Amino acid sequence: MANTDRQVNELIKREYEHGFVTEIEAETFEPGLNEDVIRRLSAIKNEPEFMLEWRLKAYRRWLEMDEPNWAHVNFPKVDYNAISYYSAPKKREDMPQSLDEVDPELLKTYEKLGIPLHERAKLAGVAVDAVFDSVSVATTFKEPLEKAGVIFCPISEAVQKYPELVQKYLGSVVPAGDNYFAALNSAVFSDGSFVYIPKGVRCPMELSTYFRINAANTGQFERTLIIADDDSYVSYLEGCTAPMRDENQLHAAVVELVVLDNAQIKYSTVQNWYPGDENGKGGIYNFVTKRAACIGKNSKVSWTQVETGSAITWKYPSCVLRGDNSVGEFYSVALTHNYQQADTGTKMIHLGKNTSSTIISKGISAGRSSNAYRGLVKFGPGAEAARNFTQCDSLLIGDRCAAHTFPYIESQNKTAIVEHEATTSKVSDEQMFLCRQRGIDPEQAVSMIVNGFCKEVFKELPMEFAVEAGKLLEVSLEGSVG
Amino acid sequence: MLSIKNLHASVEGKEILKGINLEIKPGEVHAIMGPNGSGKSTLSQVLAGNDAYEVTSGEILFNGEDLLALETEERAREGIFLAFQYPVEIPGVSNLQFLRTAVNAMRKHQGQEEMNAAEFMKLARQVSKQVDLNPDFLKRGVNEGFSGGEKKRNEVMQALLLQPKLAILDETDSGLDIDALKVASDGVNALRSDDRAILMVTHYQRLLNYIVPDQVHVLAGGRIIKSGGRELALELEEKGYGWLGVKDEDEAQVAG
Ligand SMILES: Nc1ncnc2c1ncn2[C@@H]1O[C@H](COP(=O)(O)OP(=O)(O)OP(=O)(O)O)[C@@H](O)[C@H]1O
Ligand SMILES: [Mg+2]
Repeated sequence: MANTDRQVNELIKREYEHGFVTEIEAETFEPGLNEDVIRRLSAIKNEPEFMLEWRLKAYRRWLEMDEPNWAHVNFPKVDYNAISYYSAPKKREDMPQSLDEVDPELLKTYEKLGIPLHERAKLAGVAVDAVFDSVSVATTFKEPLEKAGVIFCPISEAVQKYPELVQKYLGSVVPAGDNYFAALNSAVFSDGSFVYIPKGVRCPMELSTYFRINAANTGQFERTLIIADDDSYVSYLEGCTAPMRDENQLHAAVVELVVLDNAQIKYSTVQNWYPGDENGKGGIYNFVTKRAACIGKNSKVSWTQVETGSAITWKYPSCVLRGDNSVGEFYSVALTHNYQQADTGTKMIHLGKNTSSTIISKGISAGRSSNAYRGLVKFGPGAEAARNFTQCDSLLIGDRCAAHTFPYIESQNKTAIVEHEATTSKVSDEQMFLCRQRGIDPEQAVSMIVNGFCKEVFKELPMEFAVEAGKLLEVSLEGSVG
Repeated sequence: MLSIKNLHASVEGKEILKGINLEIKPGEVHAIMGPNGSGKSTLSQVLAGNDAYEVTSGEILFNGEDLLALETEERAREGIFLAFQYPVEIPGVSNLQFLRTAVNAMRKHQGQEEMNAAEFMKLARQVSKQVDLNPDFLKRGVNEGFSGGEKKRNEVMQALLLQPKLAILDETDSGLDIDALKVASDGVNALRSDDRAILMVTHYQRLLNYIVPDQVHVLAGGRIIKSGGRELALELEEKGYGWLGVKDEDEAQVAG
């Protein structure tokens, strides 16, 4: 009897599983966004109840919000009901079966960037064998991380395995109602990374190479949460210098960093999404909310970003410096070319005593592009003896591009100190002539001059990545002279 | 090696060079002197291919080839080197990186293997000592914050690294102290060889004590109005340019 029951139960479960699997394979949600869509999304991901509630609350907030239009960018209105909010993983048959089927232009770029051969196929979306896929990266890195007690997994997995941590910290830095895109992301986020560094642990490696492979398909509403517990350290590298194969036009990611007492997070990004063609057609709209909460005393966060992709970038990695003596740093290189538009910068919110922040922003504009720095430095009433140093440099290549700087300062504490420096320069004809007179190709000359301009930021990047970033600029600048 | 025939060039619509004729053979050193604004730098820039200057007529042959048909960087790779009167700064680009890129561009053109960072560092240190520049200058940005004299020595160092066929030195001696003048001159003399030519622009005959020229030319009003040997420079020092019928730079006319 009991035996039969069990068999029946097994059968039901199997059928359900089977149906479930087919559903995933077959189904991509029809375009449109409503509560039902969110319920189905959450169910497919097998999420606990709290997660669904959280998503629904965010969705309701989002409905009440207006799309921001103050950023210094122009773009056609996005129809949120024309987007599909869940798409099943691509079937093997639909993927390119080998590198021979991949756009040779894309492969050429990978080669120029020096992306290792074994990673190229994965990045290009080729259906690769699991063995090939994982042996090189996943297993070799997973072990030392586990040994150190570091948790590093997809956030969808963390929701299941570490619900307490997720529930405690998700949305604690960027609340669902923070802004229009953050609300949308909170309602429908697909996947992303979760990192927890336990007390006193120095993460034994840069969380980078591993990420590059894993992140190739995280989708358009990515969610990242990194927690550095007391006295810990981690250096995290997001993205990849290779242009992503990506059909999604709108990207609205959220990244939250939580830094506790004496802990440090170094977060580096290299973003090279499709910027659109030389006539400004196509390209990704990148609206991302990145914020770090330095909760603990003596905590520290460094954001380093190199942005060369996307048609439109709208991005302000920020630091909330709550703990006394906490430190926030922002190092940025943003390069725009053709018809790209970038509106990027940072917010440094000083709340604790003796907090300090440094902002170094390098904007490079070429072609007909437009590049804006927008920064806010704010001192709360408790920010006794806090200080900020801001340096914004713009470099123009040619005379049809534009650079703008919008520094805002709000101070509620008289002891706070702000220093601000700004420069605008051009790649001059004399510099170009000097390089060419020494036998250097004009394109190489521009890239060398631009690299020199960005040096202060590149030196903040992890070593091997600085080299890639330099090459990336070179590739991105192709066709900017002559 | 270099043959300039009836060269006319203008900048921003204004004619500066009004028919230059000049022949330089391999192994020779020529000095060009002349009043301020007479067109000495213009001639140097035109030879190097600066497109801010427009060649309106005339011909330049370099080893029998039409130099005007080549881009700046192609001319450089064929062996034309210009030491600038006013070297420009490139902030953030280290001298070392700049020089290695240049040397490797040259080597690539000649079908030689590129030099790696370590090899090049060794070579560059050696050459920097030759012009009495502390190797620390290699790490600094190109000409960034260099003093006038340091910039000039940096130019000579580049000539030594690139080993050009025709080195054009535009007032490389200006702004050098007495010791530096000696050092820079030694550097230039080290370049002298049978298959190489040097064209140097200078205001001071003293330089010619160190680097003895085969010919001296006086450029005034966009033309070469007199040519002679080493002694012409001494004569100029004694008598000034007025002696040649040149009153000042704007009115400079052909004598006779
Ligand atoms: N880019 C330019 N725009 C306008 N005028 C120019 C430009 N370059 C040169 N000139 C003019 O051309 C003339 C010749 O200048 P050039 O620099 O060749 O003189 P020079 O003989 O080298 O003088 P100096 O001994 O002072 O170095 C000058 O009248 C100068 O003002
Ligand atoms: Mg001059």
